[in-house]
Amino acid sequence: MSLLGGGILKGMFETARNFFGSYVSAQRLTTVPYPEERIPAKANARQFPFLVYDGDDSQAGLRCVACQICEKECPPKCISIIKSRDKRQDYKGQSQFYPATFDIDISVCMSCQICAEVCPFEAIKMDVEYELSTPDRFGGLWLHKAQLARSSRYYRQIHPQAAADSDGFMAAESSKARARVGASAAPVGLAPQPRHAE
Amino acid sequence: MSAILETPVRAFESVSGAGAGEMLELAIGPHHPSTHGVFRMDVVLDGERVRRLKPVFGYLHRNHEKIAEGQSYLSSMPYTDRLDYFCSLTNNWAYALTVEKLAGLQVPERAEYIRVITAELTRVQNHLCLIGFLLQDMGASGTPLMYAFREREKILDLFESLTGARMMCNYMRFGGCRVDLPTGWMEEAQQVVQGLARFLDEFEALLTGNEILMARTQHIGVLSSAAAVNAGVTGPMLRASGVNYDVRKVDRYGVYDRFDFRIPLGDHGDTYDRYLIRVLEMRESLKILRVALRDLPEGPVMDPKARLRGFRPKAGEAYGRIEAPKGELGFHLISDGSPNPFRYRVRPPSLMNLTVLEEMCMGRMLADVVVILGSVDIVLGEVDR
Ligand code: SF4
Ligand code: SF4
Repeated sequence: MSLLGGGILKGMFETARNFFGSYVSAQRLTTVPYPEERIPAKANARQFPFLVYDGDDSQAGLRCVACQICEKECPPKCISIIKSRDKRQDYKGQSQFYPATFDIDISVCMSCQICAEVCPFEAIKMDVEYELSTPDRFGGLWLHKAQLARSSRYYRQIHPQAAADSDGFMAAESSKARARVGASAAPVGLAPQPRHAE
Repeated sequence: MSAILETPVRAFESVSGAGAGEMLELAIGPHHPSTHGVFRMDVVLDGERVRRLKPVFGYLHRNHEKIAEGQSYLSSMPYTDRLDYFCSLTNNWAYALTVEKLAGLQVPERAEYIRVITAELTRVQNHLCLIGFLLQDMGASGTPLMYAFREREKILDLFESLTGARMMCNYMRFGGCRVDLPTGWMEEAQQVVQGLARFLDEFEALLTGNEILMARTQHIGVLSSAAAVNAGVTGPMLRASGVNYDVRKVDRYGVYDRFDFRIPLGDHGDTYDRYLIRVLEMRESLKILRVALRDLPEGPVMDPKARLRGFRPKAGEAYGRIEAPKGELGFHLISDGSPNPFRYRVRPPSLMNLTVLEEMCMGRMLADVVVILGSVDIVLGEVDR
Protein backbone atom coordinates (compact mmCIF):
# COMPACT_ATOMS: atom_id res chain seq x y z
CA MET A 1 0.00 0.00 0.00
CA SER A 2 1.26 3.42 -0.89
CA LEU A 3 1.54 6.32 1.49
CA LEU A 4 -1.72 6.24 3.33
CA GLY A 5 -4.03 8.90 1.99
CA GLY A 6 -2.26 9.64 -1.28
CA GLY A 7 -4.84 7.80 -3.35
CA ILE A 8 -7.64 9.41 -1.44
CA LEU A 9 -6.26 12.90 -2.08
CA LYS A 10 -5.95 12.12 -5.76
CA GLY A 11 -9.56 10.95 -5.78
CA MET A 12 -10.72 14.11 -4.06
CA PHE A 13 -8.97 16.12 -6.73
CA GLU A 14 -10.90 14.19 -9.41
CA THR A 15 -14.15 14.80 -7.58
CA ALA A 16 -13.45 18.52 -7.41
CA ARG A 17 -12.63 18.55 -11.10
CA ASN A 18 -15.93 16.87 -11.89
CA PHE A 19 -17.87 19.14 -9.60
CA PHE A 20 -16.54 22.39 -11.02
CA GLY A 21 -16.44 20.93 -14.50
CA SER A 22 -20.16 20.31 -14.40
CA TYR A 23 -20.69 24.08 -14.51
CA VAL A 24 -18.80 24.53 -17.73
CA SER A 25 -18.86 21.26 -19.64
CA ALA A 26 -21.96 19.63 -21.09
CA GLN A 27 -20.02 16.36 -21.03
CA ARG A 28 -20.06 16.43 -17.24
CA LEU A 29 -23.68 17.39 -16.82
CA THR A 30 -25.92 15.29 -19.00
CA THR A 31 -29.25 15.70 -17.26
CA VAL A 32 -32.01 18.17 -18.11
CA PRO A 33 -34.69 19.52 -15.74
CA TYR A 34 -37.57 17.49 -17.13
CA PRO A 35 -40.89 19.28 -17.27
CA GLU A 36 -39.30 22.59 -18.23
CA GLU A 37 -36.98 21.07 -20.77
CA ARG A 38 -37.42 18.03 -22.97
CA ILE A 39 -34.87 16.05 -24.90
CA PRO A 40 -36.08 15.84 -28.51
CA ALA A 41 -37.07 12.34 -29.66
CA LYS A 42 -34.30 10.33 -31.28
CA ALA A 43 -34.40 9.09 -34.86
CA ASN A 44 -35.79 5.63 -34.18
CA ALA A 45 -37.58 6.42 -30.93
CA ARG A 46 -40.52 4.19 -30.13
CA GLN A 47 -43.12 4.31 -27.41
CA PHE A 48 -46.52 2.80 -28.17
CA PRO A 49 -48.13 1.68 -31.39
CA PHE A 50 -50.72 3.62 -33.37
CA LEU A 51 -52.82 2.80 -36.42
CA VAL A 52 -52.08 4.71 -39.61
CA TYR A 53 -54.84 6.10 -41.79
CA ASP A 54 -54.63 7.80 -45.18
CA GLY A 55 -56.75 10.73 -46.20
CA ASP A 56 -58.97 12.63 -43.81
CA ASP A 57 -61.36 10.04 -42.40
CA SER A 58 -59.62 8.50 -39.43
CA GLN A 59 -61.80 5.37 -39.50
CA ALA A 60 -62.53 4.74 -43.19
CA GLY A 61 -58.92 5.48 -44.09
CA LEU A 62 -57.31 2.96 -41.70
CA ARG A 63 -54.78 0.84 -43.52
CA CYS A 64 -55.34 -2.15 -41.26
CA VAL A 65 -57.00 -5.12 -42.94
CA ALA A 66 -57.54 -7.10 -39.74
CA CYS A 67 -55.22 -9.90 -40.82
CA GLN A 68 -54.43 -10.42 -37.12
CA ILE A 69 -50.76 -11.17 -37.69
CA CYS A 70 -49.76 -8.54 -35.14
CA GLU A 71 -52.25 -9.95 -32.66
CA LYS A 72 -50.60 -13.36 -32.99
CA GLU A 73 -47.00 -12.13 -32.90
CA CYS A 74 -47.33 -9.60 -30.08
CA PRO A 75 -45.27 -11.19 -27.30
CA PRO A 76 -47.46 -10.22 -24.32
CA LYS A 77 -50.63 -10.56 -26.44
CA CYS A 78 -51.99 -7.14 -25.68
CA ILE A 79 -53.68 -6.53 -29.05
CA SER A 80 -57.21 -7.70 -29.60
CA ILE A 81 -58.91 -7.45 -32.97
CA ILE A 82 -62.36 -8.35 -34.18
CA LYS A 83 -62.60 -8.69 -37.92
CA SER A 84 -65.38 -6.93 -39.83
CA ARG A 85 -68.12 -8.93 -41.57
CA ASP A 86 -68.07 -6.90 -44.77
CA LYS A 87 -65.11 -5.87 -46.91
CA ARG A 88 -63.78 -2.64 -48.26
CA GLN A 89 -60.95 -1.67 -50.57
CA ASP A 90 -57.43 -1.34 -49.30
CA TYR A 91 -54.74 0.89 -50.75
CA LYS A 92 -53.93 -1.61 -53.48
CA GLY A 93 -57.52 -1.61 -54.55
CA GLN A 94 -58.07 -5.13 -53.27
CA SER A 95 -61.18 -5.99 -51.36
CA GLN A 96 -60.24 -6.59 -47.73
CA PHE A 97 -61.69 -6.91 -44.28
CA TYR A 98 -61.16 -4.11 -41.81
CA PRO A 99 -61.03 -4.20 -38.01
CA ALA A 100 -64.45 -3.86 -36.42
CA THR A 101 -62.61 -3.34 -33.16
CA PHE A 102 -58.90 -2.92 -32.63
CA ASP A 103 -57.81 -2.52 -29.01
CA ILE A 104 -54.38 -2.30 -27.48
CA ASP A 105 -53.86 -2.52 -23.75
CA ILE A 106 -50.90 -0.21 -23.39
CA SER A 107 -50.54 -1.06 -19.73
CA VAL A 108 -49.34 -4.46 -20.99
CA CYS A 109 -47.61 -3.31 -24.17
CA MET A 110 -43.83 -3.38 -23.80
CA SER A 111 -43.06 -1.10 -26.76
CA CYS A 112 -41.17 -3.82 -28.56
CA GLN A 113 -42.20 -2.84 -32.07
CA ILE A 114 -42.81 -6.42 -33.17
CA CYS A 115 -46.34 -5.50 -34.33
CA ALA A 116 -45.03 -2.70 -36.52
CA GLU A 117 -42.41 -4.98 -38.00
CA VAL A 118 -44.59 -7.92 -38.89
CA CYS A 119 -47.51 -5.94 -40.28
CA PRO A 120 -47.53 -6.55 -44.06
CA PHE A 121 -49.75 -3.54 -44.73
CA GLU A 122 -47.75 -0.72 -43.12
CA ALA A 123 -50.78 -0.20 -40.93
CA ILE A 124 -49.36 -0.06 -37.42
CA LYS A 125 -46.40 2.11 -36.44
CA MET A 126 -44.70 3.31 -33.31
CA ASP A 127 -45.54 6.67 -31.80
CA VAL A 128 -43.08 8.90 -29.91
CA GLU A 129 -45.64 10.26 -27.44
CA TYR A 130 -44.71 9.27 -23.90
CA GLU A 131 -46.77 11.47 -21.59
CA LEU A 132 -49.70 9.12 -21.31
CA SER A 133 -50.29 8.95 -17.60
CA THR A 134 -53.92 8.83 -16.58
CA PRO A 135 -55.83 8.50 -13.31
CA ASP A 136 -57.89 5.67 -14.84
CA ARG A 137 -55.53 2.74 -14.87
CA PHE A 138 -57.89 0.29 -16.58
CA GLY A 139 -60.06 2.12 -19.07
CA GLY A 140 -57.59 4.92 -19.60
CA LEU A 141 -54.88 2.59 -20.83
CA TRP A 142 -57.12 0.33 -22.89
CA LEU A 143 -57.07 2.13 -26.22
CA HIS A 144 -59.62 1.59 -28.98
CA LYS A 145 -59.10 2.17 -32.65
CA ALA A 146 -60.53 5.68 -32.53
CA GLN A 147 -57.85 6.67 -30.02
CA LEU A 148 -55.15 4.74 -31.84
CA ALA A 149 -55.68 6.29 -35.27
CA ARG A 150 -53.10 8.81 -36.47
CA SER A 151 -52.79 10.17 -39.98
CA SER A 152 -50.00 9.17 -42.31
CA ARG A 153 -48.98 12.84 -42.37
CA TYR A 154 -48.24 12.57 -38.66
CA TYR A 155 -46.20 9.43 -39.26
CA ARG A 156 -44.12 11.21 -41.92
CA GLN A 157 -43.52 13.98 -39.46
CA ILE A 158 -42.26 11.86 -36.55
CA HIS A 159 -40.28 9.27 -38.51
CA PRO A 160 -39.40 10.92 -41.84
CA GLN A 161 -36.86 8.30 -42.91
CA ALA A 162 -38.93 5.24 -42.05
CA ALA A 163 -42.07 6.83 -43.51
CA ALA A 164 -40.31 7.48 -46.80
CA ASP A 165 -39.29 3.81 -46.96
CA SER A 166 -42.79 2.72 -46.10
CA ASP A 167 -44.34 4.99 -48.74
CA GLY A 168 -41.93 3.62 -51.31
CA PHE A 169 -42.81 0.07 -50.36
CA MET A 170 -46.54 0.79 -50.62
CA ALA A 171 -46.22 2.53 -53.97
CA ALA A 172 -44.31 -0.45 -55.34
CA GLU A 173 -46.85 -2.90 -53.96
CA SER A 174 -49.85 -1.07 -55.36
CA SER A 175 -48.31 -0.62 -58.79
CA LYS A 176 -47.52 -4.34 -58.80
CA ALA A 177 -51.10 -5.10 -57.86
CA ARG A 178 -52.43 -2.81 -60.56
CA ALA A 179 -50.14 -4.36 -63.15
CA ARG A 180 -51.49 -7.79 -62.17
CA VAL A 181 -55.06 -6.59 -62.49
CA GLY A 182 -54.31 -4.96 -65.82
CA ALA A 183 -52.62 -8.11 -67.16
CA SER A 184 -55.44 -10.46 -66.27
CA ALA A 185 -58.78 -9.98 -67.98
CA ALA A 186 -59.93 -7.05 -65.86
CA PRO A 187 -62.06 -8.51 -63.08
CA VAL A 188 -65.54 -7.12 -62.88
CA GLY A 189 -66.40 -4.62 -60.17
CA LEU A 190 -62.85 -3.93 -59.13
CA ALA A 191 -61.61 -0.49 -59.94
CA PRO A 192 -58.15 -0.13 -58.43
CA GLN A 193 -57.53 3.38 -57.26
CA PRO A 194 -54.46 4.38 -55.25
CA ARG A 195 -56.02 5.77 -52.13
CA HIS A 196 -52.98 7.19 -50.50
CA ALA A 197 -52.14 9.81 -53.09
CA GLU A 198 -51.28 12.72 -50.85
CA MET B 1 -25.75 -26.14 -8.08
CA SER B 2 -28.09 -29.07 -7.73
CA ALA B 3 -27.70 -29.04 -3.99
CA ILE B 4 -28.90 -25.47 -3.93
CA LEU B 5 -31.81 -26.10 -6.21
CA GLU B 6 -32.98 -29.18 -4.32
CA THR B 7 -33.51 -27.33 -1.09
CA PRO B 8 -34.47 -23.88 -2.18
CA VAL B 9 -36.03 -22.38 0.90
CA ARG B 10 -35.19 -24.74 3.73
CA ALA B 11 -33.08 -23.25 6.46
CA PHE B 12 -29.89 -24.78 7.77
CA GLU B 13 -29.61 -27.80 9.93
CA SER B 14 -28.44 -26.78 13.35
CA VAL B 15 -24.78 -25.92 13.41
CA SER B 16 -22.88 -28.41 15.50
CA GLY B 17 -19.43 -28.38 17.07
CA ALA B 18 -17.77 -25.91 19.35
CA GLY B 19 -19.72 -22.76 19.91
CA ALA B 20 -22.95 -24.31 18.74
CA GLY B 21 -25.93 -22.36 19.88
CA GLU B 22 -24.13 -19.08 19.63
CA MET B 23 -24.45 -18.91 15.88
CA LEU B 24 -26.76 -16.36 14.39
CA GLU B 25 -28.80 -17.23 11.37
CA LEU B 26 -29.56 -14.23 9.22
CA ALA B 27 -31.49 -13.77 6.01
CA ILE B 28 -30.03 -10.96 3.91
CA GLY B 29 -32.64 -9.99 1.37
CA PRO B 30 -34.75 -10.58 -0.65
CA HIS B 31 -35.49 -6.90 -0.23
CA HIS B 32 -32.10 -5.57 0.58
CA PRO B 33 -30.41 -2.92 -1.55
CA SER B 34 -27.05 -4.65 -1.48
CA THR B 35 -28.36 -7.86 -3.02
CA HIS B 36 -28.81 -6.14 -6.38
CA GLY B 37 -32.40 -7.18 -6.81
CA VAL B 38 -34.64 -9.74 -5.23
CA PHE B 39 -32.10 -12.24 -4.00
CA ARG B 40 -31.66 -13.78 -0.58
CA MET B 41 -28.61 -15.05 1.21
CA ASP B 42 -29.17 -17.22 4.25
CA VAL B 43 -26.07 -16.66 6.30
CA VAL B 44 -24.92 -18.36 9.49
CA LEU B 45 -22.74 -16.01 11.47
CA ASP B 46 -20.31 -16.62 14.26
CA GLY B 47 -20.04 -13.12 15.60
CA GLU B 48 -19.27 -11.21 12.43
CA ARG B 49 -17.72 -14.18 10.61
CA VAL B 50 -19.57 -16.12 7.96
CA ARG B 51 -19.76 -19.83 8.72
CA ARG B 52 -22.25 -20.79 6.06
CA LEU B 53 -23.94 -19.05 3.24
CA LYS B 54 -26.72 -20.26 1.05
CA PRO B 55 -27.86 -18.24 -1.96
CA VAL B 56 -31.61 -18.47 -2.47
CA PHE B 57 -32.93 -17.33 -5.78
CA GLY B 58 -36.09 -17.61 -7.81
CA TYR B 59 -37.90 -14.52 -6.61
CA LEU B 60 -37.81 -12.99 -10.07
CA HIS B 61 -38.78 -16.11 -11.95
CA ARG B 62 -40.85 -15.13 -14.97
CA ASN B 63 -41.15 -18.42 -16.79
CA HIS B 64 -39.12 -17.06 -19.67
CA GLU B 65 -38.19 -20.43 -21.13
CA LYS B 66 -41.66 -21.91 -21.08
CA ILE B 67 -43.22 -18.75 -22.49
CA ALA B 68 -40.70 -18.83 -25.31
CA GLU B 69 -41.72 -22.37 -26.18
CA GLY B 70 -45.30 -21.23 -26.64
CA GLN B 71 -44.68 -18.46 -29.15
CA SER B 72 -42.82 -17.81 -32.36
CA TYR B 73 -39.05 -17.43 -32.48
CA LEU B 74 -39.34 -13.73 -33.20
CA SER B 75 -41.67 -13.03 -30.30
CA SER B 76 -39.04 -14.21 -27.83
CA MET B 77 -36.52 -11.67 -29.00
CA PRO B 78 -37.92 -8.79 -26.91
CA TYR B 79 -38.03 -11.09 -23.89
CA THR B 80 -34.31 -11.80 -24.15
CA ASP B 81 -33.80 -8.07 -23.51
CA ARG B 82 -35.17 -8.67 -20.06
CA LEU B 83 -32.75 -11.42 -19.10
CA ASP B 84 -29.79 -9.28 -18.23
CA TYR B 85 -31.48 -5.96 -18.54
CA PHE B 86 -28.22 -4.06 -18.50
CA CYS B 87 -27.01 -5.82 -21.62
CA SER B 88 -29.98 -6.34 -23.88
CA LEU B 89 -27.89 -6.16 -27.02
CA THR B 90 -25.60 -9.03 -26.10
CA ASN B 91 -28.64 -11.09 -25.12
CA ASN B 92 -30.15 -10.36 -28.51
CA TRP B 93 -26.95 -11.40 -30.15
CA ALA B 94 -26.69 -14.72 -28.33
CA TYR B 95 -30.26 -15.62 -29.22
CA ALA B 96 -29.94 -14.46 -32.82
CA LEU B 97 -26.69 -16.39 -33.17
CA THR B 98 -28.34 -19.59 -31.98
CA VAL B 99 -31.33 -19.23 -34.28
CA GLU B 100 -29.02 -18.43 -37.16
CA LYS B 101 -27.13 -21.64 -36.46
CA LEU B 102 -30.39 -23.52 -36.35
CA ALA B 103 -31.78 -22.06 -39.55
CA GLY B 104 -28.49 -21.70 -41.42
CA LEU B 105 -28.69 -17.95 -41.99
CA GLN B 106 -25.72 -15.86 -43.04
CA VAL B 107 -25.17 -12.51 -41.39
CA PRO B 108 -23.88 -9.77 -43.72
CA GLU B 109 -20.54 -8.26 -42.86
CA ARG B 110 -21.89 -4.84 -42.00
CA ALA B 111 -24.35 -6.36 -39.55
CA GLU B 112 -21.54 -8.34 -37.92
CA TYR B 113 -19.61 -5.13 -37.40
CA ILE B 114 -22.64 -3.37 -35.97
CA ARG B 115 -23.11 -6.31 -33.62
CA VAL B 116 -19.53 -6.05 -32.43
CA ILE B 117 -19.86 -2.29 -31.92
CA THR B 118 -23.08 -2.54 -29.96
CA ALA B 119 -21.85 -5.50 -27.93
CA GLU B 120 -18.64 -3.77 -26.93
CA LEU B 121 -20.50 -0.61 -26.00
CA THR B 122 -22.74 -2.81 -23.91
CA ARG B 123 -19.72 -4.35 -22.23
CA VAL B 124 -18.29 -0.96 -21.38
CA GLN B 125 -21.50 0.32 -19.83
CA ASN B 126 -22.08 -2.92 -17.95
CA HIS B 127 -18.62 -2.85 -16.42
CA LEU B 128 -18.91 0.84 -15.60
CA CYS B 129 -22.15 0.27 -13.74
CA LEU B 130 -20.80 -2.78 -12.00
CA ILE B 131 -17.87 -0.81 -10.65
CA GLY B 132 -20.21 1.97 -9.62
CA PHE B 133 -22.42 -0.45 -7.73
CA LEU B 134 -19.46 -2.22 -6.19
CA LEU B 135 -18.20 1.05 -4.79
CA GLN B 136 -21.70 1.92 -3.66
CA ASP B 137 -21.79 -1.36 -1.75
CA MET B 138 -18.48 -0.47 -0.19
CA GLY B 139 -19.89 2.76 1.14
CA ALA B 140 -18.64 5.23 -1.43
CA SER B 141 -22.18 6.42 -1.66
CA GLY B 142 -22.98 8.14 -4.85
CA THR B 143 -19.89 9.56 -6.43
CA PRO B 144 -18.42 6.68 -8.48
CA LEU B 145 -21.88 5.39 -9.33
CA MET B 146 -23.03 8.78 -10.55
CA TYR B 147 -19.96 9.18 -12.71
CA ALA B 148 -20.50 5.71 -14.14
CA PHE B 149 -24.13 6.46 -14.85
CA ARG B 150 -23.25 9.74 -16.46
CA GLU B 151 -21.04 7.98 -18.96
CA ARG B 152 -23.52 5.16 -19.41
CA GLU B 153 -26.06 7.82 -20.32
CA LYS B 154 -24.05 8.70 -23.40
CA ILE B 155 -23.92 5.08 -24.50
CA LEU B 156 -27.63 4.68 -23.88
CA ASP B 157 -28.28 7.75 -26.02
CA LEU B 158 -26.45 5.99 -28.83
CA PHE B 159 -28.55 2.88 -28.28
CA GLU B 160 -31.70 4.93 -28.29
CA SER B 161 -31.07 6.60 -31.59
CA LEU B 162 -30.05 3.28 -33.13
CA THR B 163 -32.66 0.93 -31.70
CA GLY B 164 -35.41 3.19 -30.41
CA ALA B 165 -35.05 2.15 -26.78
CA ARG B 166 -32.45 2.75 -24.15
CA MET B 167 -32.45 -0.56 -22.34
CA MET B 168 -34.91 -2.90 -24.02
CA CYS B 169 -33.23 -2.56 -27.38
CA ASN B 170 -34.77 -5.53 -29.22
CA TYR B 171 -32.45 -4.77 -32.09
CA MET B 172 -30.98 -7.91 -33.61
CA ARG B 173 -32.88 -10.16 -35.93
CA PHE B 174 -32.23 -13.62 -37.30
CA GLY B 175 -29.87 -12.92 -40.17
CA GLY B 176 -28.74 -9.42 -39.26
CA CYS B 177 -29.90 -6.28 -37.54
CA ARG B 178 -33.26 -4.58 -37.68
CA VAL B 179 -32.23 -1.21 -39.07
CA ASP B 180 -29.08 0.39 -40.36
CA LEU B 181 -27.24 3.10 -38.46
CA PRO B 182 -29.02 6.46 -38.58
CA THR B 183 -27.16 9.39 -40.12
CA GLY B 184 -24.57 10.90 -37.86
CA TRP B 185 -24.47 7.88 -35.55
CA MET B 186 -20.92 6.92 -36.44
CA GLU B 187 -19.54 10.34 -35.61
CA GLU B 188 -21.41 10.42 -32.33
CA ALA B 189 -20.15 6.96 -31.45
CA GLN B 190 -16.58 7.93 -32.23
CA GLN B 191 -16.90 10.92 -29.96
CA VAL B 192 -18.33 8.82 -27.18
CA VAL B 193 -15.52 6.30 -27.50
CA GLN B 194 -12.94 9.06 -27.31
CA GLY B 195 -14.65 10.54 -24.29
CA LEU B 196 -14.76 7.15 -22.61
CA ALA B 197 -11.03 6.69 -22.89
CA ARG B 198 -10.53 10.01 -21.10
CA PHE B 199 -13.16 9.12 -18.55
CA LEU B 200 -11.52 5.78 -17.76
CA ASP B 201 -8.30 7.59 -16.88
CA GLU B 202 -10.25 9.81 -14.51
CA PHE B 203 -12.16 6.91 -13.09
CA GLU B 204 -8.97 5.02 -12.39
CA ALA B 205 -7.38 8.06 -10.81
CA LEU B 206 -10.39 8.21 -8.55
CA LEU B 207 -10.44 4.54 -7.64
CA THR B 208 -7.58 2.25 -8.53
CA GLY B 209 -5.05 3.67 -6.11
CA ASN B 210 -7.55 4.46 -3.39
CA GLU B 211 -6.38 3.00 -0.09
CA ILE B 212 -9.84 2.30 1.22
CA LEU B 213 -10.79 0.42 -1.90
CA MET B 214 -7.61 -1.62 -1.67
CA ALA B 215 -8.14 -2.40 1.98
CA ARG B 216 -11.68 -3.49 1.35
CA THR B 217 -10.96 -5.67 -1.68
CA GLN B 218 -7.44 -7.06 -1.69
CA HIS B 219 -7.17 -10.68 -0.51
CA ILE B 220 -10.90 -10.72 0.04
CA GLY B 221 -13.22 -13.15 -1.66
CA VAL B 222 -10.44 -15.20 -3.17
CA LEU B 223 -11.58 -17.69 -5.78
CA SER B 224 -9.00 -20.23 -6.86
CA SER B 225 -8.80 -21.04 -10.52
CA ALA B 226 -9.56 -24.72 -9.85
CA ALA B 227 -12.72 -23.87 -7.95
CA ALA B 228 -13.79 -21.43 -10.63
CA VAL B 229 -13.34 -23.99 -13.40
CA ASN B 230 -15.12 -26.66 -11.37
CA ALA B 231 -18.16 -24.52 -10.82
CA GLY B 232 -18.42 -23.47 -14.44
CA VAL B 233 -17.71 -19.85 -13.66
CA THR B 234 -17.15 -17.77 -16.78
CA GLY B 235 -16.48 -14.22 -17.81
CA PRO B 236 -14.43 -11.61 -15.96
CA MET B 237 -14.74 -13.63 -12.76
CA LEU B 238 -13.01 -16.62 -14.26
CA ARG B 239 -10.32 -14.48 -15.82
CA ALA B 240 -9.73 -12.67 -12.54
CA SER B 241 -8.83 -16.10 -11.16
CA GLY B 242 -6.21 -16.40 -13.84
CA VAL B 243 -7.90 -18.74 -16.32
CA ASN B 244 -7.46 -17.61 -19.88
CA TYR B 245 -10.87 -18.29 -21.34
CA ASP B 246 -12.86 -15.85 -23.38
CA VAL B 247 -15.48 -17.07 -25.83
CA ARG B 248 -14.57 -14.21 -28.15
CA LYS B 249 -11.15 -15.80 -28.53
CA VAL B 250 -12.19 -19.45 -28.21
CA ASP B 251 -15.10 -19.44 -30.67
CA ARG B 252 -14.17 -16.37 -32.67
CA TYR B 253 -17.81 -15.86 -33.46
CA GLY B 254 -18.91 -12.94 -35.58
CA VAL B 255 -15.92 -10.98 -36.80
CA TYR B 256 -13.94 -11.02 -33.58
CA ASP B 257 -10.99 -12.66 -35.35
CA ARG B 258 -10.40 -9.38 -37.18
CA PHE B 259 -9.65 -7.38 -34.07
CA ASP B 260 -6.49 -7.30 -32.12
CA PHE B 261 -7.30 -7.29 -28.42
CA ARG B 262 -5.88 -8.88 -25.33
CA ILE B 263 -7.52 -10.81 -22.55
CA PRO B 264 -6.61 -9.37 -19.15
CA LEU B 265 -5.95 -12.01 -16.49
CA GLY B 266 -5.88 -11.73 -12.72
CA ASP B 267 -3.23 -13.07 -10.37
CA HIS B 268 -4.99 -13.50 -7.07
CA GLY B 269 -8.65 -14.04 -7.86
CA ASP B 270 -9.65 -11.58 -5.18
CA THR B 271 -12.20 -8.81 -5.36
CA TYR B 272 -9.59 -6.25 -6.32
CA ASP B 273 -8.59 -8.36 -9.31
CA ARG B 274 -12.18 -8.64 -10.34
CA TYR B 275 -12.45 -4.86 -10.20
CA LEU B 276 -9.26 -4.33 -12.14
CA ILE B 277 -10.07 -6.94 -14.79
CA ARG B 278 -13.18 -5.00 -15.64
CA VAL B 279 -11.30 -1.74 -16.01
CA LEU B 280 -8.79 -3.42 -18.28
CA GLU B 281 -11.51 -5.13 -20.29
CA MET B 282 -13.14 -1.79 -20.88
CA ARG B 283 -9.90 -0.48 -22.29
CA GLU B 284 -9.64 -3.47 -24.60
CA SER B 285 -13.25 -2.94 -25.64
CA LEU B 286 -12.49 0.66 -26.54
CA LYS B 287 -9.64 -0.62 -28.67
CA ILE B 288 -12.00 -2.95 -30.52
CA LEU B 289 -14.53 -0.15 -30.87
CA ARG B 290 -12.06 2.24 -32.43
CA VAL B 291 -11.07 -0.32 -35.06
CA ALA B 292 -14.63 -1.46 -35.70
CA LEU B 293 -15.89 2.09 -36.14
CA ARG B 294 -13.04 2.78 -38.53
CA ASP B 295 -13.44 -0.36 -40.64
CA LEU B 296 -17.23 -0.60 -40.75
CA PRO B 297 -17.98 -1.81 -44.29
CA GLU B 298 -20.90 -0.71 -46.44
CA GLY B 299 -23.62 -3.08 -47.45
CA PRO B 300 -26.91 -4.58 -46.34
CA VAL B 301 -27.64 -5.38 -42.68
CA MET B 302 -30.00 -8.29 -43.26
CA ASP B 303 -29.62 -11.66 -44.91
CA PRO B 304 -32.01 -11.52 -47.90
CA LYS B 305 -33.06 -15.09 -47.09
CA ALA B 306 -34.24 -14.11 -43.61
CA ARG B 307 -37.99 -13.99 -43.08
CA LEU B 308 -39.85 -12.17 -40.37
CA ARG B 309 -43.26 -13.75 -40.82
CA GLY B 310 -43.77 -17.47 -41.03
CA PHE B 311 -40.27 -18.29 -39.85
CA ARG B 312 -39.89 -22.05 -39.39
CA PRO B 313 -36.40 -23.44 -39.02
CA LYS B 314 -36.03 -27.08 -40.01
CA ALA B 315 -35.99 -29.69 -37.29
CA GLY B 316 -32.74 -29.85 -35.39
CA GLU B 317 -30.96 -28.38 -32.44
CA ALA B 318 -28.35 -25.74 -31.85
CA TYR B 319 -26.36 -24.29 -28.99
CA GLY B 320 -25.04 -20.82 -29.52
CA ARG B 321 -22.93 -18.88 -27.07
CA ILE B 322 -21.22 -15.53 -26.85
CA GLU B 323 -19.05 -13.74 -24.37
CA ALA B 324 -21.60 -11.53 -22.68
CA PRO B 325 -20.25 -8.90 -20.26
CA LYS B 326 -20.99 -11.24 -17.36
CA GLY B 327 -19.69 -14.43 -18.91
CA GLU B 328 -20.70 -17.12 -21.31
CA LEU B 329 -24.30 -16.59 -22.34
CA GLY B 330 -25.69 -19.56 -24.21
CA PHE B 331 -29.00 -20.49 -25.76
CA HIS B 332 -29.98 -24.06 -26.50
CA LEU B 333 -32.79 -24.44 -28.98
CA ILE B 334 -34.49 -27.55 -30.29
CA SER B 335 -36.72 -27.14 -33.29
CA ASP B 336 -39.31 -29.62 -34.47
CA GLY B 337 -39.98 -27.68 -37.63
CA SER B 338 -42.92 -25.74 -36.21
CA PRO B 339 -43.02 -21.95 -35.79
CA ASN B 340 -42.29 -22.30 -32.05
CA PRO B 341 -39.15 -23.73 -30.51
CA PHE B 342 -39.72 -27.17 -29.04
CA ARG B 343 -37.18 -26.51 -26.32
CA TYR B 344 -35.67 -23.19 -25.41
CA ARG B 345 -33.06 -23.00 -22.73
CA VAL B 346 -30.83 -20.22 -21.51
CA ARG B 347 -27.44 -20.70 -19.94
CA PRO B 348 -27.12 -17.54 -17.89
CA PRO B 349 -23.64 -16.56 -16.75
CA SER B 350 -24.79 -14.86 -13.55
CA LEU B 351 -26.41 -18.01 -12.19
CA MET B 352 -23.29 -20.13 -12.59
CA ASN B 353 -21.11 -17.37 -11.20
CA LEU B 354 -23.32 -17.11 -8.16
CA THR B 355 -22.86 -20.75 -7.17
CA VAL B 356 -19.36 -20.11 -5.82
CA LEU B 357 -20.52 -17.36 -3.52
CA GLU B 358 -20.29 -19.49 -0.38
CA GLU B 359 -16.78 -20.56 -1.20
CA MET B 360 -15.64 -16.96 -1.56
CA CYS B 361 -17.40 -15.69 1.53
CA MET B 362 -16.49 -18.47 3.96
CA GLY B 363 -14.82 -17.11 7.08
CA ARG B 364 -15.06 -13.48 5.99
CA MET B 365 -16.77 -10.65 7.79
CA LEU B 366 -20.40 -9.94 7.04
CA ALA B 367 -19.52 -6.57 5.50
CA ASP B 368 -17.27 -8.37 3.02
CA VAL B 369 -20.11 -10.57 1.82
CA VAL B 370 -21.82 -7.55 0.34
CA VAL B 371 -18.67 -6.47 -1.46
CA ILE B 372 -17.94 -9.98 -2.74
CA LEU B 373 -21.47 -10.32 -4.04
CA GLY B 374 -21.08 -6.95 -5.72
CA SER B 375 -17.96 -8.13 -7.50
CA VAL B 376 -19.69 -11.24 -8.87
CA ASP B 377 -21.85 -9.01 -11.07
CA ILE B 378 -25.27 -10.58 -11.01
CA VAL B 379 -28.49 -9.43 -12.53
CA LEU B 380 -31.46 -11.24 -11.12
CA GLY B 381 -33.40 -10.98 -14.34
CA GLU B 382 -30.92 -13.44 -15.72
CA VAL B 383 -30.37 -15.60 -12.65
CA ASP B 384 -34.05 -16.37 -12.24
CA ARG B 385 -35.32 -15.94 -15.79
S1 SF4 C 1 -45.22 -2.88 -29.32
FE1 SF4 C 1 -44.93 -5.05 -28.82
S2 SF4 C 1 -46.08 -5.35 -26.95
FE2 SF4 C 1 -46.79 -3.42 -27.83
S3 SF4 C 1 -48.55 -3.97 -29.06
FE3 SF4 C 1 -46.79 -4.01 -30.42
S4 SF4 C 1 -46.10 -6.14 -30.39
FE4 SF4 C 1 -47.46 -5.87 -28.63
S1 SF4 D 1 -52.21 -3.82 -37.94
FE1 SF4 D 1 -51.27 -4.87 -39.67
S2 SF4 D 1 -50.77 -6.90 -38.89
FE2 SF4 D 1 -52.21 -6.00 -37.46
S3 SF4 D 1 -54.19 -6.74 -38.15
FE3 SF4 D 1 -53.87 -4.75 -39.08
S4 SF4 D 1 -52.97 -5.19 -41.07
FE4 SF4 D 1 -52.76 -7.06 -39.84
